[in-house]
Parts: sequence; structure tokens; C-alpha cells
Amino acid sequence: MMAFAQAPALPLHTAGPYVAAAYIVFVAVILIYVTIMAVRLGRDERRLAELRRELHDRPGAGASLGAAGAGADDRGGSGQADDHAEVAGRR
Amino acid sequence: MITISTALALVFFYAPLDAEQGFIQKIFYVHVPLAIVSLCGFVLGGVFAIGHLRTGARVWDLRSYCAIHMSLIFAVAGLITGSIWAKASWGHWWVWQEPTLVSYLIVILLFATYQPMRFSIEDPERQSRYASVFAVVAAAFVPLNFIAVRLSVAFVHPRVLTLGGGNLPGSMRFTFLVSLLGIALLFATLMKYEMAAKSARSQMRALRRTLYGEDSLVAAGRSAAPR
Repeated sequence: MMAFAQAPALPLHTAGPYVAAAYIVFVAVILIYVTIMAVRLGRDERRLAELRRELHDRPGAGASLGAAGAGADDRGGSGQADDHAEVAGRR
Repeated sequence: MITISTALALVFFYAPLDAEQGFIQKIFYVHVPLAIVSLCGFVLGGVFAIGHLRTGARVWDLRSYCAIHMSLIFAVAGLITGSIWAKASWGHWWVWQEPTLVSYLIVILLFATYQPMRFSIEDPERQSRYASVFAVVAAAFVPLNFIAVRLSVAFVHPRVLTLGGGNLPGSMRFTFLVSLLGIALLFATLMKYEMAAKSARSQMRALRRTLYGEDSLVAAGRSAAPR
């Protein structure tokens, strides 16, 4: 904290806009990526819930629902790559 | 987030101003870690692709795909921040005579063809196998390219990090390492996030197949992502 307090004023008059632009680009690229991924993930989750509801309504589809949807229900982000492998393996 | 916040605080309030470049040198703390992490990510994609070729497990293909995808995003950010630094320092956005810049652009363009290549192959088995072979070859190109650039004689791009320990004073080196760690952790987090998203999509496809049959997948269209 002492180091922060004793830090000299930043010379923003000439190089400031360039430095600001570089850091803004970095933050913007990450934010754009996260936003796109969040939108797509939300859309996929809605479709997934829709599909699982439809599958539930079908008579005799309980077993296949349990097999295909178990991973989506019980696990979060971690270990989902393994789910991917399991799903692919069932093809 | 904590590491990146700490890195930003160190960059602007702890690291001293560079005697030669002044305040412009602060771009170094975001540009260089982005470039390093993106290049390492490309190599990591190749390593994961070797795992896929050895085991045939789709999860390695997914990891390779996500590593290359994230590396491309980081590389584009590194390219833009480097270009901003070049404009501020050299007065030009881009210098074609500079081997570091051009070689980095070649690596990015090389990996930019990875997704279109995947998209052009319909059969999932062939798609993943060809993509893995491409990722291994392209990843091998990254260190070769790096060494070739280092051996080149005439360059104007600064060489701050060298095998001999570099020219950074202690406070700058510490700040740089924290920035590098922060961006590497960000890469790992976003890659995990993307893998989770791809996994959810894969499960959705499995459910769709169960519900509607194979035709529904054909109707959904082809994808560059691992299936």
C-alpha cells in the first residue's frame, strides 16, 4: 500500500491513449468472447430442458432419458469433457 | 480475476517507468503474456491432438479444439495490442520487415485455417483425425518458427526475455510474471468454460438423436466443433 501511495503521477498526456487502447482491447476481446459464450450456453440449456421435457412425455423413453441426460443433471462444468466422451462412445 | 486485478495494480502503481520507452512500455505487460500464452496454447492443442491420435478418445479432440480456439482469440488480442504498441513506439501500425511480427501473423493465419478445415469435413471420425494431424504439425511449427525468428539477424522488436535471464529489473520482472500468471489462468478458465459449453451441446445432440433419430442431426447442420 505504501508503494501505491508513493507512486508518481502517471504521464497520460502522450502515451496514455495508446496504453488505454491496448488494455481496452484486451478487456473488450475477453468480454465479447464471454458474452457470445454466455448467450450460446443459455440457448443450449433452454433447448436441452425442452428436449428433456419432450423425452419425459414420451412413453417408454425413461431408460434412454436416464442414459442421455444423467450427465447434464448431476454434473457442472468440471468433468464435462468426460461426459462428452461418454456420449460420443454411445454413438 | 484476483491475479489479473493484482497484475493491473502492479503494472500501474508498482512497476517503474521504463527509462527508454516511458509509459508506452506498460503495454508490454498485456501484449507479451497474451503472445506467450497463445503460442503455448497452440502447442498445447498439438499435445492434446497427440493424445487423441494415440487413444482415439474424443475428449482429447475436444481439448485440442478448445485450446486452439482460445489461443486464436488470445493471439488476435496479442496482435492488436502489439500493433498499438508499434504505432506508439515506431510510428507504424505494422512493419512487414520485422520477422517477429510477420512470423506471429503466419502462426495465427495457420491456425485460423483449423476451424474451416474441420468444417469442410462432414464425417466426425475423419474430421477429428484430420484435425488432430493438422494440430500436431502446426504445433510443431510454432517452436521452429520461434527459433528461426530468434536466429534472425536484423530486428527492431525488443528482446526483453532471453535465455540469459533477460534485461528486466526485479520489480518489472515480478509484475510481468504476475501478468503472465493472470493471463495463463484466464486462458485455463475460459478453456474450461468452453469445454463445458461444448459438452452441454454434445449432450443435447445425444438427446435429440434419442428423441427424433439421426435425421434431426442432419437437419441441425454440420459443425466445426467435435461431436
